[in-house]
Amino acid sequence: MRHFSYTRAETVSDAVEALASDPQAQILAGGTNLVDLMKYEVMRPAAIIDINRLPLRDIEDLPNGGLRIGALASNSAVAYDERVKERYPLLSSAILAGASPQLRNAATSGGNLLQRTRCYYFYDPATPCNKREPGSGCGAIGGVNRIHAILGASDHCIATHPSDMCVALAALSAVVEVEGPDGRHDIPFAEFHRLPGDHPERDNTLGQGEIVTAIRLEGNHFASHHTYLKLRDRRSYAFALVSVAAAMEVADDKIVELRVALGGVAHKPWRDFLAEAEFAGEAVDEVTFRRIAQRLLTGAKGQGQNDFKIPLAEKAIVRALRQAASGRPQDQAVKAIQ
Amino acid sequence: MDLSSQHPPLSTCPVSLTINGQIRNFDLHPWVSLLDLLRGPLELTGTKKGCDHGQCGACTVLVDGERMNSCLKLAVSLDGAEITTIEGLGTPDDMHPMQKAFLEHDAYQCGYCTPGQICSAVALLKEGHAHQRHEIREAMSGNLCRCGAYTNIADAIEEVLGTEAAASVREAAE
Repeated sequence: MRHFSYTRAETVSDAVEALASDPQAQILAGGTNLVDLMKYEVMRPAAIIDINRLPLRDIEDLPNGGLRIGALASNSAVAYDERVKERYPLLSSAILAGASPQLRNAATSGGNLLQRTRCYYFYDPATPCNKREPGSGCGAIGGVNRIHAILGASDHCIATHPSDMCVALAALSAVVEVEGPDGRHDIPFAEFHRLPGDHPERDNTLGQGEIVTAIRLEGNHFASHHTYLKLRDRRSYAFALVSVAAAMEVADDKIVELRVALGGVAHKPWRDFLAEAEFAGEAVDEVTFRRIAQRLLTGAKGQGQNDFKIPLAEKAIVRALRQAASGRPQDQAVKAIQ
Repeated sequence: MDLSSQHPPLSTCPVSLTINGQIRNFDLHPWVSLLDLLRGPLELTGTKKGCDHGQCGACTVLVDGERMNSCLKLAVSLDGAEITTIEGLGTPDDMHPMQKAFLEHDAYQCGYCTPGQICSAVALLKEGHAHQRHEIREAMSGNLCRCGAYTNIADAIEEVLGTEAAASVREAAE
């Protein structure tokens, strides 16, 4: 690991000021991803700003029945919070599908949003990677790309976002609360992460010096009809090849509102708002589920080794919609898929 | 390169940790992981370095009672925390019930992952989320065993969980 200077921030504005004034600084929260990347020298911050003392650990009730999750609330604290389990079971389920209990205890909510891709080339400084070293090329295009994107990729990067939690937050239309040199503002979840385009080195839309302070959940909880279905190479402790967060509001066997977010397939949790809206009023049945899956995968493109993800995603979406519609979400300890 | 003009200086940092019940004060470089602190200066070599990247669980210890991968924790970031390692759970003459159960069930072969497995299993008991065998397996998925002693590991944990459940039923009845 490269050596670095270390400071502990005592207030959010301390942290913002320190980060804004030093482009080579990084924020340390749980450290489960950053420390790993520093050991590989993929990330080489000259300064670390430790924010673990900031008062951002609470999960608070909002007057409208929603919840504000502090950026430092651990993944475990969120997944097992009684209010999250009752009101936003989709979020709890998605978190428990990811990582291991040890990692979930250390990893924070804000850090989960900011974790980097697990693309093999990004992790190996001996290979080209436009995300790690802009302009160096992409080793995954034409290389080993079994785990890579099938939607929204560019000629510069085909990496995927690795989070499970973020797929649920995308489906739930969460809001990210941010504080920076210009004050506080909200970022709708769909606008927080970005597609690679010409700048794959940028994972998200945070400005210089901005830090995530909280994640807000409001509105429809989808507690009756939801599921998080994750398909991976082993049954636990592995990143998704394809995952689906599905939620719906149903009345008289018809879809009132549909939400589908996909993980493991794109540079960000993938949602298609237009496609979802097209299925309002449609019958809740297998024919509709297959049409939804095909519509959501319009434009999907394989890279060779990951071509299998397209039919896999189609089947996963259909399964997830069936689970959500029937009110029987995937159990993250019982691995059999209903 | 002189970093001092641009960044805070590269210096050590005072850190206080309670390790297996003893308060210890250190002056540490910020890049020292909790794992390297334990195994190096403190000679608490029960905690093992497996992958050093959070992928195997051999370095699992308890931080304020919660299980974590000590390889991914910078020790300076834990100032004020209580750390429990395998050495703090029990001794050969006075073993933790989980250590006894691992012995009785032959829940290891080479033993390298065992301290991490036991720390993890002790945390699993306290968490209270795993009751049935498939839940134990899932809750122990962050601890890999390359010898493949998983069946006996799950047996050992199941026995301690069963004993604890029986004890709480007895307490409730009394």
